[in-house]
Amino acid sequence: MYETNYHRAKDAADAAKKLRSSDDGMYLSGGMTLLPTMKQRLAAPSDLVDLTHIKDMNKISVTRKDVVIGATATHAEVASHAKLMKVCPSLCALASHIGDPHVRNRGTIGGSIANNDPAADYPSAMMALGATIITNKRKMKAEKFFTGMFDTALAEDEFVKAVSFTAPKRGAYSKFPNPASRYAMAGVYVADHGKGDVRVGVTGASQNGVYRAKDMEKALSKSFDAAALEGCNVDEGDMLSDIHGSSAYRANLVKVMAKRAVEAAAS
Amino acid sequence: MGIEGIGARVLRKEDKRFITGAGRYTDDHKVAGMHYAAFVRSPHAYAKIKKINIKAASKMSGVAGIFNGKELTGDGIGNIICGWMVHSKDGSPMNMGAWSALATEYVRYVGDAVAVVIAETLEEAQAAAEAVEVDYKVLKAVVSAEDAMDPKAPQLHPEAKNNIIYDWEIGEEDATDAAFAKAANVVEIDIRNNRLVPNPMEPRSALVQYDAAEDHFTLHTTSQNPHVARLVLSAFYQVAPENKLRVIAPDVGGGFGAKIYIYPEEIVCLWAAKKAGVAAVKWTASRSDAFLTDAHGRDHVSKAKMAFDKNNKITGFKIETLANLGAYMSLFSSSVPTYLYATLLSGQYNIPNIHCNVKTVYTNTVPVDAYRGAGRPEATYLVERMMTTAARELGVDPAELRRKNFVQQFPHQTPVIMCYDAGDFGASLDAAMAEIKYDSFEKRRKKSAKNGMLRGIGMSCYIEACGIAPSAAVGSLGAGVGLWESAEVRVNPVGTVEILTGSHSHGQGHETTFAQLVTDRFGLPNENVQIVHGDTDKVQFGMGTYGSRSGAVGMSAIEKALDKVEAKAKKIAAHMLEAAEGDIEIKNGEVMVKGTDKKLGWHEVCLGAYTGHNLPEGMEPGLKEGAFYDPTNFTFPAGCYICEVEVDPNTGVTTIEKFVAADDFGKIINPMIVEGQVHGGLAQGIGQAMMENAVYDDDGQLLSASYMDYTMPRADDLPSFNVSTTETLCPGNPLGIKGCGEAGAIGSPPAVINAITDAIGHNNLTMPASPQNVWAAINDGGMSEAAE
Ligand SMILES: Cc1cc2nc3c(=O)[nH]c(=O)nc-3n(C[C@H](O)[C@H](O)[C@H](O)COP(=O)(O)OP(=O)(O)OC[C@H]3O[C@@H](n4cnc5c(N)ncnc54)[C@H](O)[C@@H]3O)c2cc1C
Repeated sequence: MYETNYHRAKDAADAAKKLRSSDDGMYLSGGMTLLPTMKQRLAAPSDLVDLTHIKDMNKISVTRKDVVIGATATHAEVASHAKLMKVCPSLCALASHIGDPHVRNRGTIGGSIANNDPAADYPSAMMALGATIITNKRKMKAEKFFTGMFDTALAEDEFVKAVSFTAPKRGAYSKFPNPASRYAMAGVYVADHGKGDVRVGVTGASQNGVYRAKDMEKALSKSFDAAALEGCNVDEGDMLSDIHGSSAYRANLVKVMAKRAVEAAAS
Repeated sequence: MGIEGIGARVLRKEDKRFITGAGRYTDDHKVAGMHYAAFVRSPHAYAKIKKINIKAASKMSGVAGIFNGKELTGDGIGNIICGWMVHSKDGSPMNMGAWSALATEYVRYVGDAVAVVIAETLEEAQAAAEAVEVDYKVLKAVVSAEDAMDPKAPQLHPEAKNNIIYDWEIGEEDATDAAFAKAANVVEIDIRNNRLVPNPMEPRSALVQYDAAEDHFTLHTTSQNPHVARLVLSAFYQVAPENKLRVIAPDVGGGFGAKIYIYPEEIVCLWAAKKAGVAAVKWTASRSDAFLTDAHGRDHVSKAKMAFDKNNKITGFKIETLANLGAYMSLFSSSVPTYLYATLLSGQYNIPNIHCNVKTVYTNTVPVDAYRGAGRPEATYLVERMMTTAARELGVDPAELRRKNFVQQFPHQTPVIMCYDAGDFGASLDAAMAEIKYDSFEKRRKKSAKNGMLRGIGMSCYIEACGIAPSAAVGSLGAGVGLWESAEVRVNPVGTVEILTGSHSHGQGHETTFAQLVTDRFGLPNENVQIVHGDTDKVQFGMGTYGSRSGAVGMSAIEKALDKVEAKAKKIAAHMLEAAEGDIEIKNGEVMVKGTDKKLGWHEVCLGAYTGHNLPEGMEPGLKEGAFYDPTNFTFPAGCYICEVEVDPNTGVTTIEKFVAADDFGKIINPMIVEGQVHGGLAQGIGQAMMENAVYDDDGQLLSASYMDYTMPRADDLPSFNVSTTETLCPGNPLGIKGCGEAGAIGSPPAVINAITDAIGHNNLTMPASPQNVWAAINDGGMSEAAE
């Protein structure tokens, strides 16, 4: 690891100020992605501004069906939040399968979506849940926020403060883990918001990062049934291809995972 | 046997320190004046080194020295050797290219070391290493063995035309061809044995201490064979004469073969410590270094055909194998695809004619050498996939085809050197079939089918050769060393015992099992026995641990030394008790005259030996004996593994529903430790079969260079194993031991793959059977293995 300066932000304003006054600073949350990269000397931020001590930024609040999750809420906190479990159990289930206990106890939802790893789980949920991403500067819809593999709409000194969404009527996440890393090789989050509003977020598989599968949404809004997906075509040409899965295999997985998610949500 | 003797499930003594974090591994050692080494490594698979600029780097803080390959060879440090001479079938010696511990003119794989930086702290060493500027002329690389033989392929070493190291054969080709000419049926297969990264838990490490006043080196290192390391470092690399070099392999966290070899880093650290004028230098591999630079395993492509007569008896077996040895020839690399592989191609079967041709080639990949099983997994995979394929093609039950062709009488001379000394192959097949309920499998298959799942069953009847090896025999086959073992038993005046052994424990539990021999013989508590190993200053010599040899060879040496101790103790006791030597018996820590109540405590006899007050006329005082044991033959562990799987045709995900292992390891000293060895071996074998795969891209970059991409088997990937043993004693050593360290890794891959091919209904499946490969096999008939 290269030498770096560690700062602990007191509040949101302090965080942005510390970042702006650094040479080449980065925000730090759980460190589960950033620290390994630094240890391998692949990242060399001059300064780290730790967001995890900002008061209440890890709070999860559930009012009826309206959910706000603070950016520094850990995967473990999301997975085990009793009220959230009542209104949106599929998100708790998603969080409970990220990485291992160490990762879940450190890694945060803010860090995960800010990193927008094409194989990360949360981004698919943000898309399917129609979530709003709240930063220290503005609010934006998930589709605006995720701009491509490892890319987001965040500006230099901008950071995620929270995400908010209205819990769907029903939903489920089905993940096919990469056999080595156990990140998603194809992860499909299906959320039925009622009144024919069904959203399908797909992660892990596409060359362009997380996306909404519009034709699946259309098919499911007519009939929320796995069989409805039969006629949907997943374009191989958009899929990633690597030593773990060809694009054809990934296209197949997206469909199989989508069906399983619908079956789980419908049951 | 007693509660702590031979056959007892004694808990591992060493585990207390291992599981409480009190183990002392090489990297745990810190000494005064310790500097750190960082290596400048090639990012290219093949390139010419044009210039190395160290100007900026050498001015950086903490830097004590930066050295390159020309300086290393200039100082007379010898090239890295391959210790086993193999001759091509035309009689010519293998074509070995030069391997300098730091590259001089060319780099030949990604990770090849170009220069070393010695600095006061690790951070300073790494920073300076990054600041070293190497100017490369990048050359086109070749990574697959098939491509390497193309005359138009890049030529890696001037010594090896078309990159071919040797073109070797075993067996009678004419007789084998004649058998095929007369065959009623011929079955053919193409097989690829995937390349593996060994992945011991502890990465490699070296700590050099240099005492300038004495011109003496101490090297702590992660070695399976510290004496061999010292011998090679001193005799071939000329870093220091043996009497000026102490090698210590302290606690070592797994080896699997990868820690047999003497790597560039140890050589360079020894040389550089003295050259930089520092008291000590430490280097520890990162996990990335381990992926890039530890010797890999396997990587064979084979074409094979088997001839059967009309009664389905095997009449001939013909094999062509191509093995990738990587960029340089590692220490035992030449022997793995030849004498450790092709000599086992007879499997458990009576095969009158066998011919095997093996070609090995250089490629721009990390060197390939012995990895758990070393050649024997490759042989077993080939033979056992052939047997199942043949059964399928001949329309007979795979168990029956095997049984019909089993070797029944021992000793059995195969056409490929090995002479099997004992075994009962039918017994392990029966045991495994009963345990897995082979007869009712079709019912279970139907039940799975109802749920949309494909169920399959597959077996593997393996035999392997352990206890390497009779020194004269391996010498005649080209080995540069003898493969005996030594032991010394030191009885202290108070009766406690120290055993110094040339075997090295890096997870095997020797500190427990070796002590069980003493307990068994003298009835002393296990805790009164200390095992000393891994230090060239303490143990006189030893060949180390690999090839499942520590039981059959290492313990046999201890037995021989114990014989001598027992004989002397009896003489002393007879004298002290005024009885005949032949009437003395040692039991439960007491030395008694048979049939009387005259006795002495064991400690009294020991004390007597050391006071020397009352010894037989002319006897030297003391109670300490040594022995060297050279085995008379290899040992032949064998067994039957049966695997039952369920495949999800939608995703290709394969679940092992049940795995049964019935092994014949001969005499078992500690069944608990043996089971642990089998479990670990099975995990590695199943890992190879379903998960692990080292993949280079066309430019020679390792794509599977971390756990993000290299799939290690995890606990939840594996079933609860069902292991049992049958026993035929090995007639070749005093204890009847065959060895158990590698069997699991050797026998299991074909059982798994045969089960999956049974589930999917055809043979076209590439190892590893990852979800993607199984799905592809189901959906487009799979890719041809040879064409992959
Ligand atoms: C072994 C292992 C397994 C894993 N498995 C999975 C898995 O299965 N699925 C999965 O989805 N993920 C997985 N992860 C990733 C894990 O979920 C990470 O925790 C997450 O991706 C990053 O969150 P973090 O809080 O650790 O962020 P950090 O590592 O602290 O930061 C990551 C990046 O985001 C930036 N950042 C952090 N917080 C914010 C913020 N609030 N606003 C703006 N930018 C910010 C940082 O500057 C950095 O660039 C795994 C990680 C590991 C180590």
